[in-house]
Amino acid sequence: MLLHQPIDKEGETTMEPILKVEDLRVSFRVRGGEVQAVRGVSFDMNKGEALAIVGESGSGKSVTAQSIMRLIPTPPGTYKAGSIVFEGSDLLKKTEKQMESVRGRDIGMIFQDPMTSLNPTMTIGDQITEVLMRHQNMNKEKANKRAVEMLKLVGIPNPEARVKQYPFEFSGGMRQRAMIAIALSCDPTLLIADEPTTALDVTIQAQILEVMKDMQEKLGTSIILITHDLGIVADMCDKVIVMYAGQVVERGNKYEIFKSPQHPYTQGLLKSLPRLDQKKDEPLIPIDGTPPDMANPPHGCPFAARCPHAMEVCVEEDPFMFTHSDTHESKCWLHAMPE
Amino acid sequence: MANQSNAMLEVDNLSKFFDVGKGKTLKAVNGLSLSIRKGETLGVVGESGCGKSTAGRTIMRLYEPTSGKALYNGQNIYDLKGANLKAFRREMQMVFQDPYASLNPRWTVENIIAEPLDIHGLVASSKERKVAVERLLDKVGLNPSHLTRYPHEFSGGQRQRIGIARALAVNPKFIVADEPISALDVSIQAQVVNLLQNLQRTESLTYLFIAHDLAMVKHISDRIAVMYLGKLVEIADSDDLYADPRHPYTQALLSSIPVPDPDVEATKERIVLRGDLPSPISPPSGCPFRTRCPAATERCAAEVPELRQVGANKAHWAACHYA
Repeated sequence: MLLHQPIDKEGETTMEPILKVEDLRVSFRVRGGEVQAVRGVSFDMNKGEALAIVGESGSGKSVTAQSIMRLIPTPPGTYKAGSIVFEGSDLLKKTEKQMESVRGRDIGMIFQDPMTSLNPTMTIGDQITEVLMRHQNMNKEKANKRAVEMLKLVGIPNPEARVKQYPFEFSGGMRQRAMIAIALSCDPTLLIADEPTTALDVTIQAQILEVMKDMQEKLGTSIILITHDLGIVADMCDKVIVMYAGQVVERGNKYEIFKSPQHPYTQGLLKSLPRLDQKKDEPLIPIDGTPPDMANPPHGCPFAARCPHAMEVCVEEDPFMFTHSDTHESKCWLHAMPE
Repeated sequence: MANQSNAMLEVDNLSKFFDVGKGKTLKAVNGLSLSIRKGETLGVVGESGCGKSTAGRTIMRLYEPTSGKALYNGQNIYDLKGANLKAFRREMQMVFQDPYASLNPRWTVENIIAEPLDIHGLVASSKERKVAVERLLDKVGLNPSHLTRYPHEFSGGQRQRIGIARALAVNPKFIVADEPISALDVSIQAQVVNLLQNLQRTESLTYLFIAHDLAMVKHISDRIAVMYLGKLVEIADSDDLYADPRHPYTQALLSSIPVPDPDVEATKERIVLRGDLPSPISPPSGCPFRTRCPAATERCAAEVPELRQVGANKAHWAACHYA
């Protein structure tokens, strides 16, 4: 009933992006200073696309995602600069009241830990109908019917009985399915999934990824997937953004990122992963050192201290984005130098 | 089964049950038998609740077993007492998953790493103690001058190195590493795995490596044991296990791992298991995996499959009627 038409590939490129993030800067006040969690992040995505944001803890990937939902507590956080234009209007300029009608209706979000993000004192059904009655003006009866439909859609067996149950009666995988059902119940244009399978076992992870792919196909939802697992990115996403120390260091489609990574950090990440087809006794190639302290980010390129190719210019000046193709860019001085 | 003459540790029909009240029993480890050769790495994989951590802890004798034996160099470790037990504890050490929770935040690095030295009376003076800690810090790739610092001054990867230094302090022969890298970032995981592999060579260590990241387990292990609901379902040389998994659970587990290569992902056929893990408090009759197994038959409900040799390689065993 709320299903979108499938999107044809031709139309996609000429369309306005549904989300355009430009020069986003988010900081947090801490005792004795300021942590610059996101430092000038820009990207955009089209309708129906699945975009991965990849990075390690502290890279700013979750803060970026929470900023799109305007979930950063202010204070201690502040949106220092930038814009997040979603379907034509800047979310950073909206009032809290206006944001309330965006959250859950236009943008849905699922979190890493389904136990702490579901309300333990409400039935799963009530948690879905709450959203529907608020955003879609449905009456209780209609909302109940829809809740059962949603649970069925995400593959929860016996949904008529399950809507009356509480989160503790659900297993980890089932809770995450319920989270997806809640997030998708209003048929949002954009779904943000922040490490949706990190807390789950691999066989359950495979189920959840299947549900998400299925939903994307059936509903045409655009997805931002935040993860540190490059395997999931290769499986799920079209476009990839690699973040490091609060900045986007590389962006490209998944083939560009996996087959010809241009930033030494992306290259390092891919090399440090063990491969199932790898010969034994071939040592892994780790990235030496640790990420910089974001209360005190370095002057030049934040990766310079760990980079095997670091040059003088890298510690002096922060590089800008160099273009490798229409879709592929990386932020590294190596590409400004003649070979 | 699989009795090798050069086995360093032989686990024989080991069970560990927990009483969970109301007359119910959780069979965390249920009749586990395996052996570990000197100098090898045995990986143990499985999902949460499969009993892999309980198995590791029972083998360390952090838990007393419900039944069964574990022979360490021919001696049943559950019979050890007094000085013999203390000597055994020196030989076997553990590295824990969470480098935040397993180091005392109020102690300096020196005191954390030297605690086992003190307990076993291995250092005579405070000078000797300091030198020993410095040597250990150096061994795990940390700056020896950091011994007066506290755990919060270190990153996750560095804390895990401290945990490893503490385990190495008493010159152990055998290390149980329970998910030693799963709390670490991807770029740091490789650092710690390389460290563990180098130490294995230089210190002649034997590892029991417990993890759920199968790609990493394959990388580090000589052999791999797959557990499901307290039971060993398959054990094989790691290359064999990946090339020719025989148990349907192993097959599903391997196919579930997303591979960081879009070409592989585009063509791969993934076996998606239906349903959830049954509760280990009331496991299914017969084969524990039958409720999720795509190939289950009536026989699987009636009869518990015995672990038996499968395939050409003698070291490859699986517990499935149809493997």
